[in-house]
Amino acid sequence: MSNSAVFLVVLITAMVLVGAALLIALWLAPRSTNPLKGEVYECGIPTRGTSWMQFRVGYYLFAILYLVFDVETVLLFPWAVVMRELGPGGLASVLFFFIILALGLAYAWKKGALKWK
Amino acid sequence: MWSFEKLTEWIDTSLRSCMSADGALLVEFVLIGIAILVGYALLALFLIYAERKICAFFQCRLGPNRVGKWGIFQSVADMIKILLKELIQINKSDKMLFRLASFFVIIGSVCTFGAIPFAKGLQAIDFNVGVFYILAISSLGVVGILLAGWSSNSKYSMIGAMRSGAQLISYEISAGLSLMVIVVYSGTMQLSEIVAQQADGWFIFKGHVPAFIAFVTYLIAGHAETNRGPFDMAEAESELTAGYHTEYSGIQFGFFYLAEYLNLFIIAAVASTMFLGGWQPLHIPGWDGFNHVMDYIPSFLWFFVKTCFCMFMAMWVRWSFPRLRIDQLLGLEWKILMPICLINLILMSVVVIL
Repeated sequence: MSNSAVFLVVLITAMVLVGAALLIALWLAPRSTNPLKGEVYECGIPTRGTSWMQFRVGYYLFAILYLVFDVETVLLFPWAVVMRELGPGGLASVLFFFIILALGLAYAWKKGALKWK
Repeated sequence: MWSFEKLTEWIDTSLRSCMSADGALLVEFVLIGIAILVGYALLALFLIYAERKICAFFQCRLGPNRVGKWGIFQSVADMIKILLKELIQINKSDKMLFRLASFFVIIGSVCTFGAIPFAKGLQAIDFNVGVFYILAISSLGVVGILLAGWSSNSKYSMIGAMRSGAQLISYEISAGLSLMVIVVYSGTMQLSEIVAQQADGWFIFKGHVPAFIAFVTYLIAGHAETNRGPFDMAEAESELTAGYHTEYSGIQFGFFYLAEYLNLFIIAAVASTMFLGGWQPLHIPGWDGFNHVMDYIPSFLWFFVKTCFCMFMAMWVRWSFPRLRIDQLLGLEWKILMPICLINLILMSVVVIL
């Protein structure tokens, strides 16, 4: 059995688990017709406006930083596997890569991207 | 040591003897699916019960004690109850994304669950990029959480999802870098190979200081990734009701709950596989008699004891520390944990070269 086939089986299993449980719940669960149940859960007073609006820009900054470092992780994994064979030369070149990244983090830090204000 | 491969081979040969090869393959696939579902559900029941009991003992309470002896059937009763609750849909919500979110969360955790080596010869998916696969698939949960918060069209959900998304993606980097330390040391990403290399000593002992630092950073980052304990900004109940799943009810809420607990198990299982030797028994070089006795203990017992140890640590932390603020939380990751992880990675590569 190839791993990819088993992965597909597991994926389908997960979907079946969710789908079947949802169907069972829809079939068994009682339904009330109270119109208030469709209201947004807040403090009791009617909610104002929509929640699909602007939110804090700080989250975007963290998302961009995450993108940089996550791509870095992706690039580093192949290096990590062959680290033993590459030896000091491999470490030196990755060290250079690290320094550039560290400079980027230091720049973001100094500019206040990591500050929550 | 007894291997589960004997069992799977016996099932394979006996199936092939009574039907065609394709039919046998199909039955095996169905068996894998059922095994994963049963394991997933049983573990969830066990974990929810264990958490409630442990939390009660930390707070000098009794915890669940009415349903069955010591309340052991409490989580079964809860599961049946939660199946029988109405699925409420908010009028203004995005109906399709609202349903889709629970799919993403569960797929993220079930697919990771399948890749864990539970015992000798008991691993459903064994990619040669296993570590990478686990990191990649488990981050599907973030998509589910963001979808859940966005589609609910509720302010609490929205704020909870945003906080949770920022937290999860931040701590993912530390988790990845901590696991990469072991990849550097072992030179492979295949989980079965990593476990096999730990036969003569677990990586936490063999891997010098960097492996230990990586173990600690992985536990912290993993803990934050499960949205638990001092890092549960997403569902800070005193300010956000329940965070991103405020508007979910019945079994849909149950999915988020289930995924949270199984993610805790997965983090603990990955930590024990990568650092504590997975299902390998404790071997001390030179002590042949001791090593021989240790070999008699079944491999799945070793795995579960190590995983339960890691999970107990997570529960201990959860019920001992007050909640962090969102800026403290992100500051901890970006200003402390990630620089430590980067330096630790360089330290490990120096150790490997020397």
